[in-house]
Amino acid sequence: MTQVQAKARKLTIARAMAESIAMEMRTDDKVFVMGEDIGELGGVFGNTRGLYKEFGSERVKDTPISETAFIGAAVGAASDGMKPIVELMFVDFFGVCFDAIYNMMAKNTYFSGGEVNVPMVLMTSTGGGYSDGGQHSQCLHATFAHLPGMKVVAPSNAYDAKGLMTAAIRDPNPVIFMFHKALQGMGWLGTEKDAIVNVPEEVYEVPLGQAAITRTGSDVTIVGITSGVHHGLKAARELEQQGVSAEVVDLRSLVPLDRDTVIQSVRKTGRLIVVDEDYHSYGMTAEIIASVTEAGVPMKAPPQRVAYPDIPIPFTPVMEQWALPSAEKIVKAFEKMKENEE
Amino acid sequence: MTPTQEQELWMYRNMVVSRFFEETIEKIYMEGKTPAFNMAKGPIPGEMHLSNGQEPCAVGVCAHLNSDDIVVSTHRPHHVAIAKGVDLKKMAAEIFGKKTGLSGGRGGHMHIFDAQVNFSCSGIIGESVGVAAGAALSRKMQGKPGVAVAYLGEGAANQGAFHEALNLAAVWKLPVVFVIEDNAWGISVSKQASTAVKYNSDRASAYSMPGVHIPNNDPIEIFAKAGEAIERARKGEGPTLIEIETSRLAGHFMGDAEAYRPAGEKEHLAEIDPIPGFKKRLQDQYQWTEAQDEALRGQARELVDAAIQFARDSDYPAPEEALDKVFV
Repeated sequence: MTQVQAKARKLTIARAMAESIAMEMRTDDKVFVMGEDIGELGGVFGNTRGLYKEFGSERVKDTPISETAFIGAAVGAASDGMKPIVELMFVDFFGVCFDAIYNMMAKNTYFSGGEVNVPMVLMTSTGGGYSDGGQHSQCLHATFAHLPGMKVVAPSNAYDAKGLMTAAIRDPNPVIFMFHKALQGMGWLGTEKDAIVNVPEEVYEVPLGQAAITRTGSDVTIVGITSGVHHGLKAARELEQQGVSAEVVDLRSLVPLDRDTVIQSVRKTGRLIVVDEDYHSYGMTAEIIASVTEAGVPMKAPPQRVAYPDIPIPFTPVMEQWALPSAEKIVKAFEKMKENEE
Repeated sequence: MTPTQEQELWMYRNMVVSRFFEETIEKIYMEGKTPAFNMAKGPIPGEMHLSNGQEPCAVGVCAHLNSDDIVVSTHRPHHVAIAKGVDLKKMAAEIFGKKTGLSGGRGGHMHIFDAQVNFSCSGIIGESVGVAAGAALSRKMQGKPGVAVAYLGEGAANQGAFHEALNLAAVWKLPVVFVIEDNAWGISVSKQASTAVKYNSDRASAYSMPGVHIPNNDPIEIFAKAGEAIERARKGEGPTLIEIETSRLAGHFMGDAEAYRPAGEKEHLAEIDPIPGFKKRLQDQYQWTEAQDEALRGQARELVDAAIQFARDSDYPAPEEALDKVFV
């Protein structure tokens, strides 16, 4: 990410995803894409743009609005040697086909004693902030990370998006690939500019399960994923003005979870704030704090979480913006920690 | 399409093996569970769904399949697994929860997977259909031969998954056959009380595919109709829906007293047992003798006994092996 190419080009996450998929499709006949509106339209969030034109309707298949059938079909195709990439637009929609996901996609490898593998990628959008209401704005990271048998990745920038997608397609296991709408590079979603970064032309992998230290610091560790990383980076810049050095860790994937990088960072800084746009209770924030606590890392103050309150996501901007995590909330959390120390 | 003598004998033998297997399981299942019935106890713990009575549905269809074809079965899978050629020893060991089982005891009776013969199942009602459609899609895309067969119960035909998958299979013209085993009961709720149409096969018309109704649990007729459907699938002409009126001779699961069955219905179960009927057919058609029948039964018995003995003699896995095989 830091390596600037001679002819550096910046891509959005959407374009980086499409590029990775295209490159894998060119070299591996088993890879194909299916989902709703992923053909000619190129996906509602743009991550299959250009694929239909290059590969045609046989390998880039628009499906009926029949999630149970086509997610189930992806399990069947993956079990028979194909490598389907399936898109189901919004993570909020997974309820209608959850059984196919957590009872089959995620468990068939185990039930077969490892004899049948399910190499599929299920990609979906997460996140809100644009008043799309409570059925189109959730993150639900922890819901899928909690259930065993599926890997869960979520990039915060285009470089990671391309590399994680390549790794996900090549992984012999089912991977849920969550992309945050506000990082996607779609202008109409008010895109986060920091997510649009230099992306090499060549194929590369970002290994699943390896967190990144996005910013180094010595006074506090801010851990996040997707949008949480950007809130963390903004908070770090604000804290810097106050003479506080914040380290920002981008988890990049929840399963596998790179606990070691977080633990090492907190060992160094002695303070921990975890940021997540998913719901507050029983979520990723609790998992990270528990992991650091269990590891016996000495901390100067009780750790803090900045997450979405345990409410359905409200429509009106005044409510939704109030409820979302932000740099300001992270700075406040840090201030609270300092008070606790005094 | 009529079976050859060899095919008929294959079907009969597999029905007998399946029946012996289930009768043996039935006895062993009760070991350690009484006097107060406790599902967790005994050498075969957990729920047990026996398929005796439904054997024709398995053999009539699977007689047309080879190990490369794909079958996705239901929570009541043994008869189909046997007809598809699943390793009997490993399947028995799996049902006992042993290390030598198909998945080393991770799956159990409702999650039988045998990659060698492309057999799998799901304990969830109606979920076989999407997986089979996807396997058929895979064959079509790869230009590889082979068809997929999804088994489901008549109750599952009221599931969304069924309708979605049939539409998908029809719209993509997939080489898949959907086989409904209509045993008239979704646990304790009768088909009449749960299903608006008399025949689920009529629903095929909603998806522009042939719907075939087989009313008599007759292996020969099932063979004929399934053969046409599978041939159609192999020729690239798309999916077929078959509904077979079959009979569940036992309860939904072991321990189910079936108090919900109308008085008198259970008394006639022996009369509709498909195995004696098949034997008589062999006698009439092929001068099948008692001695030949004894020999066939003896071989079937040996096969089952050896599988059960293998399961009994095998070790349990080390408990901590539970942590393996979540991912490959």
